[in-house]
Amino acid sequence: MAMEESMERKIRILIAKPGLDGHDRGAKIIARGFRDAGFEVVYTGLHQTPEQIVAAAIQEDVDGIGLSILSGAHDYIFPQVIQLLREKGADDIVVFGGGIIPEEDILALKGTGVKALFVPGTTIEEAVKWVRENIKPRK
Amino acid sequence: MFKEDQLKKVQQEKKKWVDDLSKILSETPERLPRFTTVSDLEIKGLYTPEDIKDLDYSREVSFPGVYPFTRGVQPSMYRGRLWTMRMFSGLGGPEETNQRFHYLLDHGETGLSIAFHYPTLMGYDSDSPNARGEIGKCGVAVDTLKDMEILFEGIPLDKVTTSMTINPPASILLAMYIVMAEKQGVSKKEIGGTIQNDMLKEFIAQKTFMLPPKPSLRIIVDTIEYCTKEVPRWNTISISGYHIREAGSTAVQELAFTLADGIAYVEAAMERGLDVDDFAPRLSFFFDSHIDFFEEIAKYRAARRIWAKVMRERFMAKKPRSWMLRFHTQTAGCSLTAQQPFNNVIRTAYEALAAVLGGTNSLHTNSLDETYAIPTEEAVTIALRTQQILAEETGVTNTIDPLAGSYFVEALTNQMEEKAWDYIHKIDEMGGMVKAIERGYPQMEIAEAAYKYQKQIDANEKVIVGVKKYVTDHPPITIWRMRPEIEERQLKRLQEVKQTRDNAKVKKCLGEIRKASQNGENLMPHIINAVREYTTIQEICDVWREVFGKYTDPGYF
Repeated sequence: MAMEESMERKIRILIAKPGLDGHDRGAKIIARGFRDAGFEVVYTGLHQTPEQIVAAAIQEDVDGIGLSILSGAHDYIFPQVIQLLREKGADDIVVFGGGIIPEEDILALKGTGVKALFVPGTTIEEAVKWVRENIKPRK
Repeated sequence: MFKEDQLKKVQQEKKKWVDDLSKILSETPERLPRFTTVSDLEIKGLYTPEDIKDLDYSREVSFPGVYPFTRGVQPSMYRGRLWTMRMFSGLGGPEETNQRFHYLLDHGETGLSIAFHYPTLMGYDSDSPNARGEIGKCGVAVDTLKDMEILFEGIPLDKVTTSMTINPPASILLAMYIVMAEKQGVSKKEIGGTIQNDMLKEFIAQKTFMLPPKPSLRIIVDTIEYCTKEVPRWNTISISGYHIREAGSTAVQELAFTLADGIAYVEAAMERGLDVDDFAPRLSFFFDSHIDFFEEIAKYRAARRIWAKVMRERFMAKKPRSWMLRFHTQTAGCSLTAQQPFNNVIRTAYEALAAVLGGTNSLHTNSLDETYAIPTEEAVTIALRTQQILAEETGVTNTIDPLAGSYFVEALTNQMEEKAWDYIHKIDEMGGMVKAIERGYPQMEIAEAAYKYQKQIDANEKVIVGVKKYVTDHPPITIWRMRPEIEERQLKRLQEVKQTRDNAKVKKCLGEIRKASQNGENLMPHIINAVREYTTIQEICDVWREVFGKYTDPGYF
């Protein structure tokens, strides 16, 4: 069992900071938390356009993209990333996110295909657990 | 501070107290294995004269308005004049924000503070692809002088001072303010205010950066040089710890990195050939007020003392005004919770009290709904009233620096100072703050501290009421939302400005800016000429991005 697990490819996650938002405390904490949990983590750094994020996700061959947004631009950015993934035939990459996202926007974003949104108060462990249960290494 | 025999007696009595205490603790131990500040600094159960036995009152504490200003920069402090109540505001377009300014002034606010939306902060116009989804959301949209004119309609610039949280394009916004004042008939010699203009902390923490550190510093020194001669009442930089702290630093890191940034600015201006006593009096500071009450008070007291020593001993400044650290405070946004948002009123009140007991010169109090959005009118009113109650009901303004002489507060002030010096010396050894930033040193120190704190919260070692402890459901609160027609109006106005201005003049002005950027001439007069012709912020910033190159985030984590 242990043998089998170690042979398996690790879960690869892209943590991305889209838009002009400079609040990267949460993104960096989660990137580090995921790394400590044994995931392979790529962090885009700040100020990425949806196009850059999707290109990075494909190039890095990730299993999931975690977007961190605290600027209120979530209603534009999440759907844009999902649409671009679809256009590139990469919509098997799971999109999730976190940040300041009002409750009434969460439902709408989930409707566009965002799998989970972590709001303030989420622990690192809760986010790790969700990834383990919902994102599998793609073959 | 104390006589030898007095201290001896204290030591003997303390020994007895410790013995008695340990008997009690063997039966009923203390609640926690360690008692620490929010920054994880360990605090003892009791402080006595022993903890400050070497404190030299005249040298280290002294009197308000007297070097090293531990007790405050003005001799009369709040008995003479209260701190400036300055609420950071910006929402939607200039029309909405102008209305908010008038509302706040009508309710007793005593200074203005502008929050710009992200595109303005980053040097992009509202019609840039980079502005998609961001217009008017985190602050007010300003693209040209036209927007500034609307923003300040009915506000007399000779009577009110304005602080602008703006960094890469700070010189451009200052230029707009100067021209706007001129149009009101107020000369640049009379206007008063502050531009944040602190790029070093952008690389470290707030991350609204545009150009690499060196050209960023050059433009900052241009503004210092220009204002020293032409805009004498303007604070040329607000050297900011706020964002460093909000990014997750400890109190000591906030203190040390901010002052190390200050040292780098003074060095850069002196390298330009400016006399330290000409520009140093117009440097101002900006700190966070986090939830750990005494740690914050000690931080402010230590900040004044360290800066006074730096200016007098390291830079040989001669004017007492050059030694003074004057500062604005904002209560800690990062201490507020989305859960049970009404609790934020209480947090903000304690934080505001710490800032006032620490001798702040200006204060912004956060609103209860700011973990969600820009505050509603109702929420911002409570936040402003919090300051007014503090100033006029609680009596804390009656006497100056009331916590001086507290064994604990004085010992903690000393401790903050010592630990901050350790950092400052380390940064000196690296060759100064610019070098340290290039190595990612302060960035990694902060990331480390932020991660450690989050782990402590997750492990319930640090309690945040209403998040993991005392959890109850709370009904959703009404939050401010950006109306889509504001974005349309902003884009339409920008288009109209671009069509009706004299585009040949704009082109010529941009050429002058390019030339001055390349040949090192002071940029300010050229920027003023350009904004007068309604050149946009992005048009100027694009020239700089071309000439100096763009800084991109190294993405340390």
